[in-house]
This record gives sequence, C-alpha cells and structure tokens, in this order.
Amino acid sequence: MRQHQKKNPTDSGSALADHFEPNEEARRDDYQVRLDIFEGPLDLLLYLIKKEEIDIYDIPIARITEQYLDHLRLMEELDIAVAGDFLVVAATLIYIKSKMLLPPDPTLTGEMDLTEDPRAELVERLLEYQKFKSAANMLYSRGEIEAACYTRGALETDTNNPEVAATVFDLLRVFREILERQQSAAEMEIERDEMTIGEKLAQIRALIAQGGEIIVREVFELAGSKRDLILTFLAFLELVKEGEILLIQQRLFGEIVARKRIAPAEAPVLGS
Amino acid sequence: MQEAEPDGEITATRAELKPAIEALLFVAEEPLPVKQFCKVLGGVDEGEVTAALAELQNEYEERGGGLDIREIAGGWRFSTRAQFHEFVRKYLKTRPSARLSLPALETLAVIAYKQPITIPEILEIRGVTSSSAIKTLLERRLIVTKGRKETVGRPMLYGTSKEFLIHFGLRDLSDLPSMEDFADLAQG
Repeated sequence: MRQHQKKNPTDSGSALADHFEPNEEARRDDYQVRLDIFEGPLDLLLYLIKKEEIDIYDIPIARITEQYLDHLRLMEELDIAVAGDFLVVAATLIYIKSKMLLPPDPTLTGEMDLTEDPRAELVERLLEYQKFKSAANMLYSRGEIEAACYTRGALETDTNNPEVAATVFDLLRVFREILERQQSAAEMEIERDEMTIGEKLAQIRALIAQGGEIIVREVFELAGSKRDLILTFLAFLELVKEGEILLIQQRLFGEIVARKRIAPAEAPVLGS
Repeated sequence: MQEAEPDGEITATRAELKPAIEALLFVAEEPLPVKQFCKVLGGVDEGEVTAALAELQNEYEERGGGLDIREIAGGWRFSTRAQFHEFVRKYLKTRPSARLSLPALETLAVIAYKQPITIPEILEIRGVTSSSAIKTLLERRLIVTKGRKETVGRPMLYGTSKEFLIHFGLRDLSDLPSMEDFADLAQG
C-alpha cells in the first residue's frame, strides 16, 4: 500500500479527470497516481458517478459499467493485485446490467421481486461507503487538531511507555558492580540455602508488591551468594520478558527501578 | 518525585477541592478519571469533583490562555491550545508524527462505527482488502482485538482502543458524530 498522502480526496479526484490523455505514456503516469487515489472499487465508482454528474439513485448501469471496465483494463495492465478487489465489483456491475436488460422472471410470484430495482443493493452500499469516507475525513481533521494540542511531558518516569526504559545492559552493569563487590567480601561463605528460580521470582514479586516498586540494586544487595546474584539477575530478566514488571531509569546510568507493570486493560499485547 | 503516595486519609477541604484538582491535572501523565480524583482527594463526592472540573474548565476558557482543560478518553487532562502548536513544536524540536494513510483512516472509521467487526465485514463495506491498514492500526494501538466472532472460522473481532479516543480527542465513543450526520454530505 502506497503511503502517498493527500489532504482532500475529492479535489485530487476531479483534478485527475483532466489528466486523461489518449497518449499512452501520459496514461501510464496517470495510473501511478490513480492507484493512490482510489481506495477501492467503490471509491472508483463514486468518482465516476460524481464525474458524470449522475443521480446516484438512477445510475445508468450500462454507461457506468463501460467506464468502470475501461479504468479497470488500464489498472490491470499495471497492478493486477489491486485489480483483484475491483473485479468483484465489475462482476456485480455486469450482473446488474444483465438483470436490467432481461425481463423480470415470470416464474417469480412475489410482487417485491417484480418491482425491486436490481441496482438498489449497490446504491445502498455506495451510500454507506460514502458515509465512511466522510467519517474518515472527519477523523483526519480531528487527528490534525489533536496532534497540535500538546500535553505535559512525563515526569521522571514514564509508565505510559510500553517499552522497557532500562536496557538489559543497564541491568548487567548493576549486576557486575554488585558481583565485583561481592567477590572482594564473600570469602567465608558457606553455600547452604539453595533457592530456586521460582522462589526468587516469588521473592521479587513480593518485594515489588509491598511498595509498588523497588530499586533493583537493593534486591541484588540482598543476595548472599554469587549463585543468588545470578538467580536474581535471571529472575529480573524473566519478569521483564513476561511483561510483569517494567525497568525504569530516571536518567542515564541512574538507579534502575523495577515497577509492576499495569497492563492497559483495553490494549492486550499484540499477537497473543 | 519518589515520595510516598498520599494515603487515603487526607481529605481535601471544600476550599481545597478546586485548586487540588488543578494540581493533580498538572502532574497527571494521562487523562485522569473523576473516580481517581475522588479517591486521591479522600472520598470526595463525584458530583462535586465533576462540578469543580467544569468550573476550572470554564475559568481556563475565559482566561483565553495557552492551556485548556478537556475531557478525553474517560478522564480529564491539560493540554496546550492548538493555535500555539508551532511554537511548542519548535521548542520541543518535534515533527508531527506520521499521518495515517487514507486506507488506514477509512478502515479505522469503519471499525469505529461498526465495532466489534471482523475483517471480512470491513471488506464488505470498503470493497477492498484492509489487512495492511489493520496491521498499521494495530501497531499504532488505535485498534485492539475484541475476541472472536462465533461464526464459521471464528474470525477475530476488532474495536477501537483508549489510544484511539486520545488520538482523536474524544470523550468516549458516543462523542463521535452520529453516522446520520454524514448522510447529507453523502448526497452532495
């Protein structure tokens, strides 16, 4: 999908009408533009109806079908993938055209069937689609205005930021600092308590639950052994990976704070 | 600002109510719901908070300053007035974020008005495949999945998010103009 953005689809639409030259090269250039402009087959139909100043409730199906197919032929030459969706509507148009040419089926008894305009369904779809086009325009202008209104920046921490503010390298740095300190101090240590990763996870969860957040360095300092330190490190990684906590730094090389992540209720993690 | 959270025992006096609300609005990082004001202010009545907010809003309006108070996405927040965006942008050295493409906007409009809706249903309305638009909208968190539809193939249902309300400055979904309002435009 091309990202070429235009401000006003109707303006570009009418400007485009003038672009139509019998010249083959000009035509090709045209189509580059066209594909950007018509969001789909209904959009193209609406454009044709507007261009021909046709009453949408009384579409001359034969004429419109012909024009529609003309456009399609050119589009197909250049971009078959786009034409795919367009073909469905082409088929509908041809179906309606044939239905209008044929006399009503005499075997059908219901009165409704005799009086119903075969174009009615398409007209309804077009009208509905046009409303959504207007709605899209409304969203566009609202978005523009809203983007011009700034809200105050976050304070030191940013809970809204879904990303982990502190990287794994920051965590590693703290880990190393503590490890170095530990090496110089813990020589007469007897390794007795064999904590599991599960217990460590529970311990950290409990610590965070107590105060809402906790300074990562302090948790590391609680560790009695190197094994404990490594467990703590792994536990933090696990909690971040599982999205249970956020690691936040107030400034570069600052203290890393672990905070319980409040999952936005309305925004589940993608792909889950 | 790592001080202890204010505990529930502190209650705002009547005189404090409005200025306290203003202070909270100032520090809040996202739209603050009335309920949260009540809680922080020590069980103040919701009606009183709403009245005070409306009063504040009026004051800011009348003053015609650079800020206003608005109700957005189920909460209240301060924001700068749109007319000063050029200065703010210059100061912050930010560029406006990438605009949504027209297919994305159209898809979003369909989802907003028809939610929860499946991809085939969107195709039915737009007459064109919307998968890349859906992807963009999901990435920008403007839409979220809303479970699955209990029909053949159990297709995923999509709806708009809180982010959508914030992005388009809407109080809630009922704040969207009615679909009927577009009817007249459609005739033109």
